[in-house]
Amino acid sequence: MNADGAAPAASDGPVARLTGLVAALRDHGFGIGTGETVDAGLALEAVGFADRERMREALAATLLHGERQRPVFDRVFDLYFPALVTDPGQPAQEPGDAASLAGLRTRIAEALAVGDTALLDRLAAEAVAGFGGYGSGPGTDGWSSYQTLSRLRPETLLARVRAARTADGGEPDFADRLLDDEIRRAIEGFRERVRTEARRRVADRQGRDEVARRAVAGTADRVDFLLAGREQLDELRRTVRPLARKLATRLAARRRRAARGEIDLRRTLRASLSTGGVPVRPVLRRRRPGRPELVLLCDVSGSVAGFAQFTMSLVQALHDQFSRVRVFAFVNRVDEVTGLLARGAADPAGLGERILAEARLTGWHGQSDYGTALDEFVERYADALGPRTVVFVLGDARTNQADPRTEPLRLIAERARRVHWLNPEQQALWGTGDSVAPLYAELVDMWPCRNARRLGELVGRLLPV
Amino acid sequence: MTNGFFGSVDEVAERLAATGYLASPAIATTVFLADRLGKPLLVEGPAGVGKTQLAKAVTEATGARLVRLQCYEGVDESRALYEWNHAKQLLRITAGRGESWDETRTDIFSEEFLLARPLLTAIRSEEPTVLLVDETDKADVEVEGLLLEVLGDFQVTVPELGTLTAARRPFTVLTSNASRELSEALRRRCLFLHIGFPEEELERRIVTLKVPGLDAALAASVVRTVGALRAMDLRKVPSVSETIDWARTLLALGAERLDERVVRETLGVLLKHQDDIVRAGAKLDLDAV
Repeated sequence: MNADGAAPAASDGPVARLTGLVAALRDHGFGIGTGETVDAGLALEAVGFADRERMREALAATLLHGERQRPVFDRVFDLYFPALVTDPGQPAQEPGDAASLAGLRTRIAEALAVGDTALLDRLAAEAVAGFGGYGSGPGTDGWSSYQTLSRLRPETLLARVRAARTADGGEPDFADRLLDDEIRRAIEGFRERVRTEARRRVADRQGRDEVARRAVAGTADRVDFLLAGREQLDELRRTVRPLARKLATRLAARRRRAARGEIDLRRTLRASLSTGGVPVRPVLRRRRPGRPELVLLCDVSGSVAGFAQFTMSLVQALHDQFSRVRVFAFVNRVDEVTGLLARGAADPAGLGERILAEARLTGWHGQSDYGTALDEFVERYADALGPRTVVFVLGDARTNQADPRTEPLRLIAERARRVHWLNPEQQALWGTGDSVAPLYAELVDMWPCRNARRLGELVGRLLPV
Repeated sequence: MTNGFFGSVDEVAERLAATGYLASPAIATTVFLADRLGKPLLVEGPAGVGKTQLAKAVTEATGARLVRLQCYEGVDESRALYEWNHAKQLLRITAGRGESWDETRTDIFSEEFLLARPLLTAIRSEEPTVLLVDETDKADVEVEGLLLEVLGDFQVTVPELGTLTAARRPFTVLTSNASRELSEALRRRCLFLHIGFPEEELERRIVTLKVPGLDAALAASVVRTVGALRAMDLRKVPSVSETIDWARTLLALGAERLDERVVRETLGVLLKHQDDIVRAGAKLDLDAV
């Protein structure tokens, strides 16, 4: 429209925003078809543009296929349909002074005490504007939620909010003992508001598409095991039960199909005698309904502990799919932890610590040593292996320069029905540094398995019927 | 083509509230869209948050007729869609002894002998209809294929009769507890709504509505305590229906406020596993007494 192209309305209209949002979601692995984008447009039109939360729900209803996608969707939505719009040309402000910081903290504490969400949104915006800006020249300046939060330190407001909340209510109530947890949750909510606001401001400067791709973390099941932080591992653990349930139905369906078996030639011929040798009814061989035995061998040393724990909890949740599950953990010595796992089914978070505390996993040093550990496994627990056993080895095959000793693994492969090695490192890194993955991969099937989604696929595919 | 039950999102919320169903903004918006876009609504969420209740509330608010298909393992086409009334067909054949086979054949495959099951009933219904496909995840995968055809175009093909198309689209609600992953194709044809646990304020209003006579301060404490339990890592966290049960229990016991003893004695109403009760008791400092 404008000859000088200062602010062409069409490139930032609702349609452009919607298609941008869809593209960003697709980048995060959401399967969204064109038909759904059209539906989303119709839905937006139907609810109107006045109420932002309604727009959010309308888009969520048409574009999402599951609740797990919701956190990612919310963050992307906040970028493409922001609550407030600032002038993108606005430079980073002069940092606010100590007096205004104290004033802001007081107002935040008051807003937290009454739980006014709209006010908290405005305060988060104010906080980032006043204390989140850094740099001065174009290209070097920006907005940082980290800087804002480290100056604001909202977590230290707990006592103040508690005082404000308990001041008005006369006698103490039972529910008041829950107050601290409630306030902590509210404060965490405020921190998230600050993060959202900082992302939005950065997006104003650098372009939404770029920020949506980079700054929004993906769904939990795509987080790399080796890179996941504590918080993400917690989130991942919450996906264990749904994932296990999904796998269990898939396995049960496969088992049902496989139970029909193939044609039994001898019995078919025998049955055809009554029809003069014409095999009218083929007889199918019925399979014995045996369930596989599973042995898990997990490296639980620091680097891959998260991966191993997640997998152990998953297998534990799947336990009724197997006739028997035995779990062994090792660092450089092996110990059986099946019992620990069964007892701790309800507490996956503490599992790692319990295993390290109660099982003997380390000898003279604390680094993983695959050769020694596998050797000890064969020596002490050879009875766990048999013609119906499937073994999963979990680990990155990094031996810390120790002798890899392929002989024990060869023995395990000979005695078990199948051995699968799941390696949380990407395949390109196998064989680099102290990794002996290629050596072991010659003896057993080794699969790269970097996130929960991949693990689900592999478990569903590799488990025998 | 669409029903046009509702004129706006606010109207949805008001009319559902009039039936005793307090809808969150997400629920009201999605119900409005399902009505306006004429698409089936897939509702997921934990047990006891009011998924089935939503379909019933929409039925009541709109004065429509409710047709319900309860899914279970082994539900099949003849249970979900239609089957022929064989007994009646036999009677008809016996009764018409004199006529030719051709006459009988055309006659026994007419609508008179068709037994409409829920899906066909909903499609052929002339009056406004709410179709509830309950616990879709319990049905076998084959039924999903059936639903795809029915819910995609709202039409059913009976080989002997031809294609029956919906006179007016039923307002369709599918519920799922996610005990089995529904197919991507089915999800694509539906609007998606996840009903989680309500916000504290909303849940307080729900409790006050469902348990009149409960003291307001006690209702607030009840909701806060349940909120704290949900934040714990339990095997089965309490749902809204359990909050209401608990509120009713407290009312029946004549408890005026929450204290350790009352909570300890009634925790079993909220939590259904012994280890959950032990764990929650420890977190809430109940052993201190």
